[in-house]
Parts: sequence; structure tokens; C-alpha cells
Amino acid sequence: MNDWPLWEVFIRSKAGLHHRHVGSLHASDEAMALENARDVYCRRMEGVSIWIVKSEEIVANNPENSEALFDPAENKIYRHPTFYDLPDNLKHM
Amino acid sequence: MAIHCNPLLHQFILQLADNALVLGHRISEWCGHGPVLEQDIALANIALDHIGQARMYYQLAASFEDGATEDSYPYQRDVRGFRNLLLLEMENKDFGYTLTRSFFYDQFHYLLLEAIIQSDHKALKEIASQAIKEVRYHCRYSSDWMKRLGDGTEESHQRVQKAVDAFYMYTGEFFMPSAADEYMAAEFNINIESIKEKWLENIQAVLQESTLAMPQDTWFQKGGKTGVHTEKLGFLLAELQYIQRAYPNMNW
Repeated sequence: MNDWPLWEVFIRSKAGLHHRHVGSLHASDEAMALENARDVYCRRMEGVSIWIVKSEEIVANNPENSEALFDPAENKIYRHPTFYDLPDNLKHM
Repeated sequence: MAIHCNPLLHQFILQLADNALVLGHRISEWCGHGPVLEQDIALANIALDHIGQARMYYQLAASFEDGATEDSYPYQRDVRGFRNLLLLEMENKDFGYTLTRSFFYDQFHYLLLEAIIQSDHKALKEIASQAIKEVRYHCRYSSDWMKRLGDGTEESHQRVQKAVDAFYMYTGEFFMPSAADEYMAAEFNINIESIKEKWLENIQAVLQESTLAMPQDTWFQKGGKTGVHTEKLGFLLAELQYIQRAYPNMNW
């Protein structure tokens, strides 16, 4: 059981919302992973839908590259749409 | 104390309640000892399902008896007063035995609840309609594990087959009607004998898929429904009732 793969669990808390990562668990295959997710993460009415993904299938960036990936955005405030004058009668922006 | 319903109906309710309590207690013994964290939680969830169902039945039983509360039945009766099936008081031993015990019972429990839902007893129908959703999951869980263990490694196969062979002789009692069962069949159309065939069919299908052998027809144990239990129930109750016996009516 120690060699059971790790799975990431995503739960949609109610219809219309998106799935959110809630944690991980061990299971021998996807059917068991789904059931385990139900037992571990949905005991208190947390969700209406479960997604599971094998942790090893997630592609993540290397933290060492953070500088190149994220820092260049720091001084480009013109990318935020905050420089427009909005008409007074336009709401919910 | 006076009972305000047919005593056989009262006994039938206690059969259902005691089944739920005893199995729930047994499964709860896994809490903190599960083979992996995920299964530990799964078993605790299922144990709580059973305890919750036991409470609904005990509350119903208490509503028919002067001076009784839902706690009177689990805490204040001796072994001979309990009406649960013998299978359910069997010890956990290992994961294979635990799951086999649940598998045999869950399949029966589901069909019994279906029969109750189609019956003519309103209060029991209400409880059964709630419980059956949980039991549908119990069936899925236990038969899923039968397949995983049976069709798993050589060791898991052997161990779960041993459990199947050992526990099979406690399943005949499911379908041997007590006086209470006979009364419920006649008055409310809840007939346990009529679900036997379907149960056998379902059990066989899962065992086959699990590559497990169906046990030979055998002599069946009985006694639970009339209060004649194995010595195992006494030990279970000693633990369950200790606080109430030592300090009667104490509250947390």
C-alpha cells in the first residue's frame, strides 16, 4: 500500500462555481481515488462534484525560473485595465 | 414497562436497531487502526452511518414504550435482550474478515430496506428511505473491496476466501423468520424470505467477479434474533456499556 500513487483532488462546492484544489490522497487506481476523495473530502457536504488527477501528471514550473517567469510583469501596470474613464451609468465593473 | 404497539412490531424495530448498533460498533473499532488513512476515514464514515440508523430505530422503539429513551436499549439491556444477527457481532480479525462481514450483510440490508420502503408501515418506511442512500454506498464499498481483495494478490485472495468460508454459515439466519419477522410479513408485507433468492444471486455475481468460490451449502447458525448470542457480543457490550453500568444515567 506504500506504493499507491498520489492523487490531487478538486471539489466543486456548488453548481456554477469552479473546481478548487482541496488536497491530495493515496489510492491504487482512479476508481478508488474517487471513492477516497468522497470519504476524505466530502464528509461535511463540501461538494457536488469531484475531479481527481494523478499528481505526477501535473506539469508545474520550476521555482528556480520564477524570476524569468513572473518578475517582468511587475512594472507593467498598463496591463491592468484601470486607465479608462467609465461612464457614470456603467455599473458592476 | 408498558409497550404501546404490538410487541412483535417492537421486537422487529429492535432487530433493525441492534443490527445497526452492533455492526456500527464493530466497524468503529477500526478507527485509528485502518490500513491507510483514507480507508480509516471511510470505515469511520460507514460506522457512523450505522450508528445514525440505530438511533432512528431506537427513537422509534422508545416512542412506543413508557419511560424508555433511545439510550435505554443500547445501554441497559443484557446480552440476551439483543436481537442482532450473529454475523454482525463477529470480530474484525483483519480487513478481509471485516469487509466480508459487511459484504454479506450490506447486500441483505439493501434488499431488506427496499422491502420496507415498499411496505405498509409508515414510520419504518421513512427511516428506510433515508438509510437506503447510505446503504447503497456501503454495498458499493464492500463489493468493490471483495473484488480488489479476491482478484488481488495470492495472499489477499486466500485470506478473503477464508473469511467467506468462515462467515457463510452465519448468513442463513438472515432469512430464518423470527416471530417478529412473521408478524411483519403478515401485517405489513415485509417478507424476508422473499429476498433470499435475489441475495444469493447478487452474492454469487460479486464472488464470481472476485474470483472467489461460493461456499458449499452448509448447516447454518442461528439464535441472534431470539437473543441467543455468541460469547463475542458480551465482550462488545462490556465495552459499550461500561460507563453507563458504572455510573448509571451519567451524562457527558
